[in-house]
Amino acid sequence: MQARVYVTLKRGVLDPQGKAVARSLTTLGFDEVRDVRLGKFIELDLGDLPKEQVRKRIEEMCERLLANTVIEDYRIELLGA
Amino acid sequence: MRFGIVVFPGANCDHDAHHVVKHVLGQDARFIWHKDRDLSGIDCVILPGGFSYGDYLRCGAMARLSPVMEEVVAFAKRGGKVLGICNGFQVALEAGLLPGAMLRNRSLKFVCKDVHLKVENDRTPFTSAIPAGEILRLPIAHADGNYFLPDDELERLEGNGQVVFRYAEADGRITDAANPNGARNGIAGIVNEAGNVLGMMPHPERMAERILGGEDGRRIFESLIGGSKV
Repeated sequence: MQARVYVTLKRGVLDPQGKAVARSLTTLGFDEVRDVRLGKFIELDLGDLPKEQVRKRIEEMCERLLANTVIEDYRIELLGA
Repeated sequence: MRFGIVVFPGANCDHDAHHVVKHVLGQDARFIWHKDRDLSGIDCVILPGGFSYGDYLRCGAMARLSPVMEEVVAFAKRGGKVLGICNGFQVALEAGLLPGAMLRNRSLKFVCKDVHLKVENDRTPFTSAIPAGEILRLPIAHADGNYFLPDDELERLEGNGQVVFRYAEADGRITDAANPNGARNGIAGIVNEAGNVLGMMPHPERMAERILGGEDGRRIFESLIGGSKV
């Protein structure tokens, strides 16, 4: 089974990289850009587990390693589930 | 006093710290490989600066899973002293020894320069020989030193006097211009509630001998040793 995890800085936490990218996009003439948030995209290739367990396991991975929940949020996508 | 300096793959200030405590201050010191677990006889663990595990995922995120860290956390819980410098501070945050997290510097640049620090709390084992209000000059060298803590926790941290060092002007004024990375409240170093774990972004081990440009960093190690030779 494949899963995707998106890790982004929490709303309210300053994202200096996102701000820099937003400024650059504006410089290029993309005036509609209001805000940019940068994050991490993690692809997981997982062995077979009952589907109801998979999400729980990935949540645990996020809490314990993949995200730092002081500053980051995460979102999990299961593929072919 | 016996110092243990943890060596993570990618650490690069481990020898500097070892040199200062052993050769400049004449203390007992040994390196502890990150896969070892033996902290016997150690009075103070130093988590040194560097780029443990290449800073992969987040600074310090991998290092805190090294076998030695389980022992360091238990050591700290028993009241053992832990000094985390730069990447070592980041490891201590990831390991939950200290509250908060590091964000990328607001300039997005790696900042390598001397800064001034105001000593905010001298009632810690790391600052007992430096009266509060004094200004130290120490080097920083980091890309992720933008200390973050949510509002309510920040208030508690400040209220508890856990902020030990704050970026300041040479005359001691706390200004935004003196803040090199955007850290909340200009925070450069903090202790845990019990006061036995200190994390700081500046490098005291790089400024402990006159020949290297200054001796302010030595005062932190002297505080620890208890000989206030200042």
